[in-house]
Amino acid sequence: MLKKGLVFAAAASLAVSAVSSAYAASGRDYISVVGSSTVYPFATTVAEQFGKTTKFKTPKIESTGSGGGMKLFCAASGVNSPDITNASRRIKYSEYEKCQKNGVKKITEVKIGYDGIVLANSKEVAPVAFSKKDIFLALAKDVPDPNGSEKLVANPYKTWKEVNPALPDVKIEVLGPPPTSGTRDAFVELAMEGGCKEIGWIKALKKKDQQQFKSVCHTVREDGAYVEAGENDNLIVQKLTANPKAFGIFGFSYLDQNGDKIQGSNVGGVSPTFENIAAGKYPVSRPLYFYVKNSHVGVVPGMAEFLQEFTSEKAWGADGYLSDKGLIPMPEAERKKFAADVKKLKPLVLTK
Amino acid sequence: MQSQKKETSMDKMNIGLAKRYRKERRFRLFGLAAVFASITFLGILFISIAANGWTAFQQSEILLDIHFDPAEFDVDNLSSANYGALVKNSMRSLFPEVKGRSDKRNLYRLTSSGAAYILQDMVMKDSGIIGSTKQIWLPADDEVDMFMKGYISRDVAESDRRLNDKQISWMDTLVAEKRLEKKLNTTFLTAGDSREPELAGIRGAVVGSLFTLAVTLLLSFPIGVATAVYLEEFAPRNKWTDLVEVNINNLSAVPSIVFGLLGLAVFLNVFGMPRSAPLVGGLVLTLMTLPTIIIASRAALKSVPPSIREAALGVGASKMQAITHHILPLALPGMMTGTIIGMAQALGETAPLLMIGMVAFIVDVPGSVIDPSTVLPVQIYLWADSPERAFVERTSAAIMVLLAFLISMNAIAVFLRRKCERRW
Repeated sequence: MLKKGLVFAAAASLAVSAVSSAYAASGRDYISVVGSSTVYPFATTVAEQFGKTTKFKTPKIESTGSGGGMKLFCAASGVNSPDITNASRRIKYSEYEKCQKNGVKKITEVKIGYDGIVLANSKEVAPVAFSKKDIFLALAKDVPDPNGSEKLVANPYKTWKEVNPALPDVKIEVLGPPPTSGTRDAFVELAMEGGCKEIGWIKALKKKDQQQFKSVCHTVREDGAYVEAGENDNLIVQKLTANPKAFGIFGFSYLDQNGDKIQGSNVGGVSPTFENIAAGKYPVSRPLYFYVKNSHVGVVPGMAEFLQEFTSEKAWGADGYLSDKGLIPMPEAERKKFAADVKKLKPLVLTK
Repeated sequence: MQSQKKETSMDKMNIGLAKRYRKERRFRLFGLAAVFASITFLGILFISIAANGWTAFQQSEILLDIHFDPAEFDVDNLSSANYGALVKNSMRSLFPEVKGRSDKRNLYRLTSSGAAYILQDMVMKDSGIIGSTKQIWLPADDEVDMFMKGYISRDVAESDRRLNDKQISWMDTLVAEKRLEKKLNTTFLTAGDSREPELAGIRGAVVGSLFTLAVTLLLSFPIGVATAVYLEEFAPRNKWTDLVEVNINNLSAVPSIVFGLLGLAVFLNVFGMPRSAPLVGGLVLTLMTLPTIIIASRAALKSVPPSIREAALGVGASKMQAITHHILPLALPGMMTGTIIGMAQALGETAPLLMIGMVAFIVDVPGSVIDPSTVLPVQIYLWADSPERAFVERTSAAIMVLLAFLISMNAIAVFLRRKCERRW
């Protein structure tokens, strides 16, 4: 009995190792991409186009989030690790260091375009114009005392009108992504920190105590005015149409697709339109990137061709198919620079 | 004197009886209300999904006269021809009055970008059609489809629509000429995933789910049954078997994401198996369904009366013969029911698959258990998060397909129980 069991176990482990070694020896015949869920809709569009117009297999694209993607990307080099990672923010020094330590020495950085983050509400009510300071005062956990002293108090504002008399007299209710989301990081950094800096004494704090400055500017209130609505932006759009008093925070492509139901609010006097974001006028927009392992180009079939497709004018150009999907293209000079970098596979060098 | 009738014990009992009947009626009513409530909730769920999803089984298509112009084709390299241009030429010939670059672009946008690939496939299959002119139904763009299905209103201001007034007037012309119609959407059942809603299908996810479940079944059924037989028939009752038993019961309550983490650590990192493969998905789901199968199988073995076991041993059968000839066949229907319910659970699982990379965009339909693939519930999750509005109905349609699978699996389980199970 025991003998048979041992034989069975040995056979099973042999089968397992045979499968994995066969896989390792044959290599991978498709490109493996991981990373940000914000870049996912764009990367998948390019992948599909690439799969249909070339003889190569369609790349596999996982939606793991920017941080999760970096972790997988930097874990190792070789066929068992992903070739490309998408990110809705730049690679951090700590991640770059980890890559170097794990043998992922040469990485090429490619910026693909911009994404606007919008603050939108239902079309049933009038559009609203916010300043960045309004956004900070309405959403931060601690705000300067309304009586004007240089002291922080727990956010006392209940309605938008209390924040700024020009705003409507409705309860503050904002639906947005949870802290794990890159959209949230970017919103906090661009909109809230931007508004935070407009208050003189907090700005002065930045030089004195970076840590405290960050905790003041980056902490979102937790008393129910900001509702964490999950990573699903479609759900936020649906909730906004059901509740015209609420505002939602999400990526520009969802506003683009639902223009008949929701409208984007002006931020700092600029409305979130395709043209304004592309021109760099709209303040809450962030660059999107992907990172390539140079050592995999030429090893995994189709890598060079895939990079060429992604950086071609018909994909990321001003009239390219990615702009139909809501990606905001870079200015032409920037596109040329990154396309040239990709062609040469210029390795990224980061210093602390 | 006698008008004041003395209360007999019978009267007392009658009063009590009426009260007891009332209580019983109330009790029954509570039960009925509970059943009614759960049926209502289930009904609301089904109806809302079906109401959202049924339109996805139709797709707007445009009838175009495609002229396969020999000048466009290079005989040695058919795939390099500009198939998009064939579609554009045909659209232009339908609306010769359209001039200007942006108007033309808007006109071309009425057809799906997938139309060119369909023509390419036709030519690759049969190069004899070059030179001829054919009438072909080609998919319309998802925006057109949404408009045809009434999801985009004409009353909305032009700037808020993704279709402008000109495009709508062209569509009206096409509809009047019977060139734009809603047809049965076969793509949805035959294609893999796509970023264009009109080209997206669930075949890749269904095949991925089948591969994953096949691996799960092949591993978990034999292992589960063997474990149950050993524990029930051979294992001595001591501290060790108690420990094993407690742990099996514990495992069945472990959140499924934990199995995913284990899969990542063991199957991917130690054994170096490929990411996103149904093989690994199947292994992880095996771990998840094993406790369910073991517990159900043990219950089935326990329900076989001891008299049968003793009679078999009594007429001289060995222990193994008693088990394989008598006990197992009688317990099998119960075991199968447990297994099918375990499989149905595995079919609906996404959390553990997240960790091993099966939440991914995969266009090609997988051909083996080590090809990258995704599964049905993951496909639903990915579509639910897509910005294009046409994916909303496709999400609901995919849920309908998943529910159809689940209902048929559970129906098989009920059928097996009715048909084969013996009661003593």
